[in-house]
Amino acid sequence: MQIADPEIEDILRSVSDPEIPVLSIMDMGIVRKVDQDGGQYIISITPTYSGCPAMDTIGDDIKAAFKAQDLSAVIKLILSPAWTTDWITPRGRTALEKYGIAAPLEATADKDALVGKPHMIKCTNCGSMNTKMVSRFGSTACKALFQCEDCHEPFDYFKCLK
Amino acid sequence: MEQKALSDYLMLLGDNPTILGQRLGELCGHGPELETDIAMTNISLDLFGQVRNYFQYAAEVMGNGATEDSVAMLRLEHEYKNALLVEQPNRDFAYVICRQFLFDVYHQLLLKELMSSKNERISAIAHKSIKEVDYHVDFSSTWMKRLGDGTDESNKRLSEAMGFLWRYSMELFEPTETETLIAEMSVGPDLGELKPVYLEKVKEVLNESNIELPEKTTFQYGGKTGRHTEYMGYILAEFQYMQRAYPNMQW
Repeated sequence: MQIADPEIEDILRSVSDPEIPVLSIMDMGIVRKVDQDGGQYIISITPTYSGCPAMDTIGDDIKAAFKAQDLSAVIKLILSPAWTTDWITPRGRTALEKYGIAAPLEATADKDALVGKPHMIKCTNCGSMNTKMVSRFGSTACKALFQCEDCHEPFDYFKCLK
Repeated sequence: MEQKALSDYLMLLGDNPTILGQRLGELCGHGPELETDIAMTNISLDLFGQVRNYFQYAAEVMGNGATEDSVAMLRLEHEYKNALLVEQPNRDFAYVICRQFLFDVYHQLLLKELMSSKNERISAIAHKSIKEVDYHVDFSSTWMKRLGDGTDESNKRLSEAMGFLWRYSMELFEPTETETLIAEMSVGPDLGELKPVYLEKVKEVLNESNIELPEKTTFQYGGKTGRHTEYMGYILAEFQYMQRAYPNMQW
């Protein structure tokens, strides 16, 4: 999403998902709209999953980041249209992979991977495709747990959500 | 009148996932294996996230200082309108999966209808929730097949669970006054129309699971009008403890 004012964009870029600190909320695609009402900015954000416990923290972090620049922001939570992993930017996908979380595949491939078809997800540690799913549910709602059969490293896979 | 029907309906929508979420939360650290332990609590988290959306909205409609916490935590037992199915205990893993499956299939059908609700906010919540619930249906259906088509013992346990829980399934489709009113307002679906689709979906999975429905069932009703089974009070005692002991406490 495009933000007209580069200063505001920088502030929002400085805020990250507390559970994936390398990923800015801008690259995560959860900032949907920026409005201005007098001296106050209205930041509309959307949750990745309904029960994402990070949302309240992200809202507070945005307000704190604005305050640090002597600006004021209020948070508006919107549900529609619902977030999809398509909104993660290419920069975001690279950051995820570097951090050790495999980026989401396309919906159909994702389904195959999650019903246990092997060798679809690349190991984030050694790059091998010889990987298997350990659990459809991972450390957070948005991830599944995988393991590499070559280097034996366990890693997270960011589930595709459309 | 319409406002009252709306807030009653929002609570009804929220109460099923609240009580089921609480039941699943009991399994935290007690799942039979890593995958299922994480799965149960992840599903619980999804459900509570959805509940917050309903209860925040309900609190706004009710006014008078109501909050999502007061709606969730401070009602009396008969004021909760969840179906009897979701309050049934975690007797063993087969019960947990069977209860989840019977609810998930209904939940998915309900949300599909709510996506086209005339009420935009309910429609938005449904669009968000369905993506999560699709995943729940996948999970519980897969486990139905794994247990049903597994060993003699797992098949036996799952058959027992179905034999016990099936009696609570039809309450989901028995409209309350609120649900009838809400259907007339085109905010919610006609539950009668969902029932045949539900039966077909359930039977499809049961066929693959080598599980049969009980031949004779006396269906049980009451939860949706506030008449609960003996388990409900114990669930609420744990669920509400914090707000009762420390009124108005915040995280």
